[in-house]
Amino acid sequence: MLRYSLKRLLSLLISLAVASLVIFLVIEVAPGDPASYMLGMNAQPDTVAALRAELGLDVSKTDRYLAWVTGMLQGDFGTSYTYRTPVSQMIAVRLWVSLPLALYALTLSTLIAFPAGIYAAARRGQAGDVAVMGATQLGVAIPNFWFAMMLVLIFAINLRWFGAGGFAGWEDGLLTGLHSLTLPAIALALPQAAILARVMRSALLDILGEDFMRTARAKGLTRRQTLWRHGLRNALIPVLTIIGLQFSFLLAGAIIIEQVFYLPGLGRLVFQAISSRDLIVVESVVMLLVFAVITVNFLVDLAYAAVDPRLRSRT
Amino acid sequence: MTLLEINHLSLSIGGVAILMDVSLSIAPGEIVAVTGESGSGKSMTAFSVMQLLPNLAHVSGQIRLDGTDLLALDEDTMCGVRGRQIGMVFQEPMTALNPVKTIGDQVMETILIHKAMPRPEAETRARDVLDRVGLPADQFPLSRYPHELSGGQRQRVVIAMAIALRPKLLIADEPTTALDVTTQAQILELLKGLVREFDMGLLMITHDLAVVSDMANRIVVMRHGEVVETGPTSDLFANMQHPYTRMLFEASGHQVQLPAPPAPQPLLEVRDAIRDYRVPRTGLFQPQGHHRAVKQVSFTLNRGERLGLVGESGCGKSTLTRAILGLEPLQGGEILLDGEPVFAGHRPNLDVRRKMQVVFQDPFGSFNPRHKVDRLITEPFHLLDAPPTGPAREQAIGEALTAVGLNPGDAAKYIHEFSGGQRQRIAIARALIIKPKLILFDEAVSALDVSVRAQILDLLADLCRAYQLTYLFISHDLSVVRTVTDRVLVMKAGEIVEQGATEAVFSAPHHPYTQSLIAAAPVLPSVTQKGASA
Repeated sequence: MLRYSLKRLLSLLISLAVASLVIFLVIEVAPGDPASYMLGMNAQPDTVAALRAELGLDVSKTDRYLAWVTGMLQGDFGTSYTYRTPVSQMIAVRLWVSLPLALYALTLSTLIAFPAGIYAAARRGQAGDVAVMGATQLGVAIPNFWFAMMLVLIFAINLRWFGAGGFAGWEDGLLTGLHSLTLPAIALALPQAAILARVMRSALLDILGEDFMRTARAKGLTRRQTLWRHGLRNALIPVLTIIGLQFSFLLAGAIIIEQVFYLPGLGRLVFQAISSRDLIVVESVVMLLVFAVITVNFLVDLAYAAVDPRLRSRT
Repeated sequence: MTLLEINHLSLSIGGVAILMDVSLSIAPGEIVAVTGESGSGKSMTAFSVMQLLPNLAHVSGQIRLDGTDLLALDEDTMCGVRGRQIGMVFQEPMTALNPVKTIGDQVMETILIHKAMPRPEAETRARDVLDRVGLPADQFPLSRYPHELSGGQRQRVVIAMAIALRPKLLIADEPTTALDVTTQAQILELLKGLVREFDMGLLMITHDLAVVSDMANRIVVMRHGEVVETGPTSDLFANMQHPYTRMLFEASGHQVQLPAPPAPQPLLEVRDAIRDYRVPRTGLFQPQGHHRAVKQVSFTLNRGERLGLVGESGCGKSTLTRAILGLEPLQGGEILLDGEPVFAGHRPNLDVRRKMQVVFQDPFGSFNPRHKVDRLITEPFHLLDAPPTGPAREQAIGEALTAVGLNPGDAAKYIHEFSGGQRQRIAIARALIIKPKLILFDEAVSALDVSVRAQILDLLADLCRAYQLTYLFISHDLSVVRTVTDRVLVMKAGEIVEQGATEAVFSAPHHPYTQSLIAAAPVLPSVTQKGASA
């Protein structure tokens, strides 16, 4: 298990190094000089040169890459070209919205998907299964922004249980913050839950046909005991894979939902930074997202090994 | 006094009759074997006793265990019977255990689920039964996982789970069919010992008459869901009443007459063949490890000769087969067909590949279900530079199908319209269609029922007479190899330990491994040959 974890950790570090290089190169290749863009069409060449020096754009690419990476390792992501504030601060503020939102949505989606998938698998072909599968079909088909607007109409405008948008901040306590993230989290979670429930159901159905499930029944376990004790853990591997993918998506892909609910999240930050050629912000946020995705994959790998002993002994 | 009494048991699933009026009984300490071919209902009889039947099953009759009618019990009560009063062992040990739980947990589960004793005692009991089935604590601690065990060891764990609570009745459904002969002999011995020790009744389901004759006190022969004959083992073999029983017995020991092979003239030459596999590195900076699956194997196969290759699982016979087919490169030595290498550079040598064909074990998995038979059997044509078209193609298809005893009209059918035996005929037609110089039969009759197997063996003998076939027959089944080959190679751990004329090797084996293989293989009782021919 230790060797497996170390190997996964090493692969994580290598992935991060490669990713940082790729991100840096791709952004360097993009046309447009941030300094001349910021100063406008009529800027004097010496003014541009001065700004370039101030932004640290006048040194060689290698030096800039090294400066960027060593800076990040110390928590210094550089200074935004447009806002002239430290990027780390900007990201930190947004992360406090996006990360809780993603975790909230993922928790909701798992809490909905597990019971729904298990219920459907246990009643394969019966009315309950058909109902759950029909609902998940709808969940996959409905675009989440439309669903978000429906949630606002019903729960914010008519019932007035939640605000229609904006984020209350964490200063007034955890519950207030969570309360303002509830509608966006639901809007994000439902399509994910629909997918996850279908994966859970099909993984369980595969397992239900396995020989060892019959062995368990022959030992005297009831159907329900067989499903819970022998089925669930074996069905978790594909489900964990999907959960890992969904978390990455929820962290970075919430941009539309952030727009609908006026949330100051990472998605909107990247969008604004790209429009204003604030390359250092783009680089840093993309790097952060890559870091999150790779770390989540690392955790999923560890979870696989916790679930399946066959992976532990594989070196 | 009887332990299990099945009276007039009938079973239908979704309106289709599966069992009709089945009656049998088992006394404590008695071994009763239910035998028959696939579809005879023997496994369904076992599952009826366990009440582990598919959803739409409808059962009538009586199944009495110690006087209690199991069919009258509700599901909850039945859960208390399974595992506690009736234990069950299954055919496929590789998949019968949960891969994510330790063997200790799985054996203990039988005990704990019935609340038979508190956990510490359950652990002691689990340890005891694992010791009893031949898995001692020093090598097989309770914390082992199934994937760390071999097939035979896993079957021992399954048996330990089944007997953990000393059930009165043990049901074993083809318990040794998936195992090698030497392992089979050990598991059968273990089962016999357990029956004696615990005075259990054993209901053993098997298709193998030779296993039955060694094990059972009484035999029940089934066909199409009905019991056709039953009696004490020795009586039944000595005095077979029903024609189906006689047919089964004859087919089990079926012998064919091969024409004499022509004068030796080499066709396939394997010289010092070495095949290595990479194994995962043990550490990051450790050198790449290798496992040598085939160790400097040399042999020659002559034109018109029928050569057998026997050995247990993992001995390297499949690896050798793949190397001969040119599917994988060798790491040393060479394989020549007609003097040309089968593997040229980095790819199979096409000139040689078109002279070889292969017939695989599984007649259900080796065909694309979406193609019609004409397309399936003409697949080898892609090896030819100028494959026949139009009437020539039709004629080739017709000839190949006729040669294997099918109808040219079958070419327009899909594969699901054929039975297992017919599919294996189609597989042979596919191999024959380009008139190869060499055919490899890779366990080609192992998945077939005995009566079908006998027909396929007859077909092989006929084809040998008509086409002067040259083949390499790879099998773990010694009795089959004995009858369809002229010469035999015995393989163990990547090496050929013995080779020679088939009859000579079987009647007087020299190598200790060959001797142990032949000793372990169950044999049909010879006294009954008279009864069979009567």
